[in-house]
Amino acid sequence: MWLPLLGLIIGIVIGIQAPSLPQAYAQYMSVAVLAALDSVFGGIRAGMEKKFDDTIFITGFFSNTLLAAGLAYIGERIGVALYTAAIFAFGVRIFQNLAIIRRHILKK
Amino acid sequence: MKRGQISIAIVLLFLGMMIAVQVRATRQAEQNVPTARVQELTSRLKEVKEERDSLIIEVADLRTKLNQVSSGGSAGQAIRDELTKARMEAGVLPVEGKGVEVTLDDSPKELQPGEDPNLYILHEEDLLKVVNELRAGGAEAMSINGQRILATSEIRCAGNTILVNTEKIVPPVIILATGNPENLKSGLEIKGGIFEQLKYWGLVAKVEIRDDITIPGFSGPVTFKYTKPAENDNR
Repeated sequence: MWLPLLGLIIGIVIGIQAPSLPQAYAQYMSVAVLAALDSVFGGIRAGMEKKFDDTIFITGFFSNTLLAAGLAYIGERIGVALYTAAIFAFGVRIFQNLAIIRRHILKK
Repeated sequence: MKRGQISIAIVLLFLGMMIAVQVRATRQAEQNVPTARVQELTSRLKEVKEERDSLIIEVADLRTKLNQVSSGGSAGQAIRDELTKARMEAGVLPVEGKGVEVTLDDSPKELQPGEDPNLYILHEEDLLKVVNELRAGGAEAMSINGQRILATSEIRCAGNTILVNTEKIVPPVIILATGNPENLKSGLEIKGGIFEQLKYWGLVAKVEIRDDITIPGFSGPVTFKYTKPAENDNR
């Protein structure tokens, strides 16, 4: 259990030390963070359902994050607010996963 | 399960990094220059540009005069132009142009017994505020009931009258001012401005835009008894 926690702490430290993000990219980053959170909750849910597969988890995390940021970028270029679609989709999924996780915990 | 832990650790590492970066970016966005400051700077920039433009025109004007003087021919004309300009600035020359006519008067309201009449009459303060507002609005020349307002003019309460250039001013007071009529008018009538204050006490305050304002020159002597040009002219 200590290894994931250590990873999180190291990540936060790196994030604080890293050079600051230009304002123009903050929007893409926000969608990417949301996608990442979604993947993590999905992973926790899979773990609860005893279906956890670390390959799916890790590829899902990176592909979701990059795709979300990429979509936000493309949306910006073509004048469609795609990042709101990403926020909506990931937001809904996070809440759904959360509900399922809660049910699993309650069943135990 | 060891492999699973490693992958979770990697994912969390990235997640923590992203969240930290994002939080910092958001906090930074809040500290950015507020809109009000931007607007202030924009209007300041506009003012300075206008000032620069008018200075450029002045430079061109002075250059032409200098040329006239050095070419000898119409030196007299150049000096006369400069003199006229100086006299206009000093306020000894009658001037005309676009501007506004401001009418101020005591309150027409009947006094109720026990009410302080001072509240309902025009004071020198009111005149000062109106004159000040007109100057702020870019008035170029002004007169109060025919008295030209000079750089040295006083507006002063003396007993129950108001003195301007040591002449008595009796209501109704008519202030003539040349300048951009819209600016002058809106300066007086701005919400919470001087006209609103005057009307609160029932005083008569009117402003009218006119194209043919004629302002008399100052007729009295302008003397300098104690003042002379400084020897070190550091302009």
